[in-house]
Amino acid sequence: MQKKTVIAILLITLLASCSSPPGTWGWYVIDPTTKAGWNNITFLLSGFSATIQLSIIAAILSIIIGLIVVLPGLSENRWIRMPSRIYVEFIRAIPLLPMLFWVFYGLPVILKSMGINIPIDPFWGAILTLAISDSAFTAEIYRGGIQSIEKGQTEAAKTIGLNYFQTMRYVILPQALRRILPPLANQFIYIVKMSAFASVIGMQELTRRANEVNVSEYRPLEIYTLLIFEYLILVLIISSGIRWLERKLGADQRK
Amino acid sequence: MSKKTLAVEFKSVDKWFDDFQVLKDINLEVSVGEKIVICGPSGSGKSTLVRCINSLESHQSGVIKVSGDEVSSKSKKDNKTLTEVGMVFQQFNLFPHLTVKENLILGPMKALGLSRKDAEERATTLLKRVKIPEQVDKYPSQLSGGQQQRVAIARALCMEPNIMLFDEPTSALDPEMIAEVLDVIIDLANEGITMIVVTHEMGFAKKAADRMIFMDEGMIVETGAPEDFFKNPKTDRCKLFLDQILQH
Repeated sequence: MQKKTVIAILLITLLASCSSPPGTWGWYVIDPTTKAGWNNITFLLSGFSATIQLSIIAAILSIIIGLIVVLPGLSENRWIRMPSRIYVEFIRAIPLLPMLFWVFYGLPVILKSMGINIPIDPFWGAILTLAISDSAFTAEIYRGGIQSIEKGQTEAAKTIGLNYFQTMRYVILPQALRRILPPLANQFIYIVKMSAFASVIGMQELTRRANEVNVSEYRPLEIYTLLIFEYLILVLIISSGIRWLERKLGADQRK
Repeated sequence: MSKKTLAVEFKSVDKWFDDFQVLKDINLEVSVGEKIVICGPSGSGKSTLVRCINSLESHQSGVIKVSGDEVSSKSKKDNKTLTEVGMVFQQFNLFPHLTVKENLILGPMKALGLSRKDAEERATTLLKRVKIPEQVDKYPSQLSGGQQQRVAIARALCMEPNIMLFDEPTSALDPEMIAEVLDVIIDLANEGITMIVVTHEMGFAKKAADRMIFMDEGMIVETGAPEDFFKNPKTDRCKLFLDQILQH
């Protein structure tokens, strides 16, 4: 299925380039046989490292923040539940790009006014924004997974003397994890794609590098086509990793 | 036998689910070592009464004491009282992601602080007692319903409770598996542990119970020794109920 998709897209691109009038496509900008083309390619591909780092660190943080947010959100007491709900509703409502601007340009001002002089560089600014923005969704995914575990499990844990955290750690979360993992992995793909926004605050990741080559070469069609394929390949690798992980977890599940 | 302390004591306990009163002025004393069987039509509050003893449900008024200590109507964090009371559920509620052994040692290790070795020893002994030592490394889903329920009984016993609660322990079982579970419970009854059993298995009640309790509409309608209870029910409601379930 996926191989077919890739092949189809490749074919469409090739066909498009064959049937278009001369001058439409200028693949020379990324022709690996010429020195200039090769330089452009290596410059563009080296953006992978930053995109991957951004996505992985942001995803890990989002998973942790999401868990911290969701636990009080499951309380029976509405006053304990409320901050969690407010966080989710508030963060979920903010589009990524404005939040990125706010964190990168606005947050340092607030920190400075409080006497904290920490510059926020593009790397950590982007990670912080991606992690917080995503954590609202992660929290909701956790909530769905945890609430899908039957109430009897919590009750049984209680009757053998486990406290709240032990019940979560040994009984509920291990079971919920299998239901949480697929949507969580989906969310990781979302982070990878959203990391492209980091380009606007100067982070040297895939999209930023494509923009920079485009500014000097002015071949947007070829460069952005390559950029799309870069993301496509990255996401395809991640999704095959997810399927492997799901199979592995599924094999252990004897429910 | 501890002196005069009662195992479980209810003093005019009331409980509501929103507007609906599930328990109405419950007064009950269970002495140490006593075997009580509670029966009654569904919705009569039997399960709720039992679940109040280990704080799975909270009551709104009255006093519930377990081994002399009051079960608070507010706080559900009474771990000390909780580990003293073991419970077996209708739906087994085994942990599906853990093996039989892991199900058994979780409580002793995490809540009682036993070492893994001691906990495993305890688990082995108890699996022998419920007659399934060979299933130790299986997952719950690989066992029959009767075997699962016996694991659940062993899991509760692993905490070495003074009181065991059974909430319709055989209602979710296929008929041919009921006997194997009841046998285990009867063995347990002969060992002197305090037991409160909600069940419709009247054969079991005749064999094991010291006292019968009949509940209807949230009230204890009738109590008595099994012989009297079955032969001469005092109230019409109880008589009707017994006629219906003893028909076949």
